[in-house]
Amino acid sequence: METRYLIICMAIMAGVTFLIRVSPLLFFKKKIENNWVQDFFYYIPFCVLAAMTFPSVFTSTIPTGEVASAQHIVAAVVATQVALILSWLNRGLVVVALVAVASAILVEVAWMWF
Amino acid sequence: MPICLGYLPVSFTFGILAVKLGFAPLVATVIAFTNMASAGQMNGVQRIVENATFISLAITTLVVNLRYMLMSFSLTQKIDQNMRWWQRCVMSMGICDEMFVLASMEDKEVSFSFYAGLMAMPVLGWTVGTFLGAFATELFSPMIQGCMGMALYCMFIAIVVPEARKSRKVAAVSGLAIVLSCIFTYVPYVNVLNKGGWGMIIAAITAAAMGATIKEVNRRRKAQESDLDTAGRLKRKYTHTISHI
Repeated sequence: METRYLIICMAIMAGVTFLIRVSPLLFFKKKIENNWVQDFFYYIPFCVLAAMTFPSVFTSTIPTGEVASAQHIVAAVVATQVALILSWLNRGLVVVALVAVASAILVEVAWMWF
Repeated sequence: MPICLGYLPVSFTFGILAVKLGFAPLVATVIAFTNMASAGQMNGVQRIVENATFISLAITTLVVNLRYMLMSFSLTQKIDQNMRWWQRCVMSMGICDEMFVLASMEDKEVSFSFYAGLMAMPVLGWTVGTFLGAFATELFSPMIQGCMGMALYCMFIAIVVPEARKSRKVAAVSGLAIVLSCIFTYVPYVNVLNKGGWGMIIAAITAAAMGATIKEVNRRRKAQESDLDTAGRLKRKYTHTISHI
């Protein structure tokens, strides 16, 4: 990897990401009164997170560079259920994430043993 | 604080991946600190390894991170209007999925000091996590690394579900977003859109727009009904008065 190329690439990544985030904040300062737009902005974060999570979560346990296998997908499905139940019970972000990841690991280990 | 801890496994995974692809640990950490974007970074390091052109790197970074623009737009409605331009610049660095939801759930206007306090720990956690991950590549089996990839999604679930439980509308729009996102992933021909994350963006915008439209229609109908009600009552009162005369 050439150093010059790497540095330019890093600058591009940082610059593009920064511009994406900062431009609305800098160039859009009015308060919106429109009800539709307000509702839209209230819903959008939940929609973004939901659409990002499903269905990608079911393949998220597959290690980089490996192909999909039943073992990983079953582990992901089980852990997703765990996460759904725990968050229904209003547990915090970390508890949900850690317990779900632990249960995924458990399923994978159990799968390899039996 | 909790987000900081939840970020650790994710940034850890990025650190491991970057080192595996041949990046120096320090380079990985700098990328993490200057980007603060999980998917964008993963895409970036993969493009760099492929020796991609600058244009393609810029475009893929833009597309993968486009959701931050949505979030930033949404935040313009939440923040203190008197915030200075440099404060806006600093604050924009911290716009990421979880931070954004936390800031939006805040009932009051979001001030600079509040947001800065909110973003300090995740920025730290993200950077330190990458650094640690970069040095701990050999410590974890690929299986455990794979499972750690779930952590971020579980956090998203933990953000959406409690709110969906409280509000049926949020549950409905999130459900719609999921259905659309699945369609964009699995239905042949439609799923070409999913290359570069467009499917998810379209799914989210469509679902939120439909939710807002339905609510607007309901609001108008209700307003109309209450207008009719007032008119009806007036008429009755009027006839009553007339009959008295």
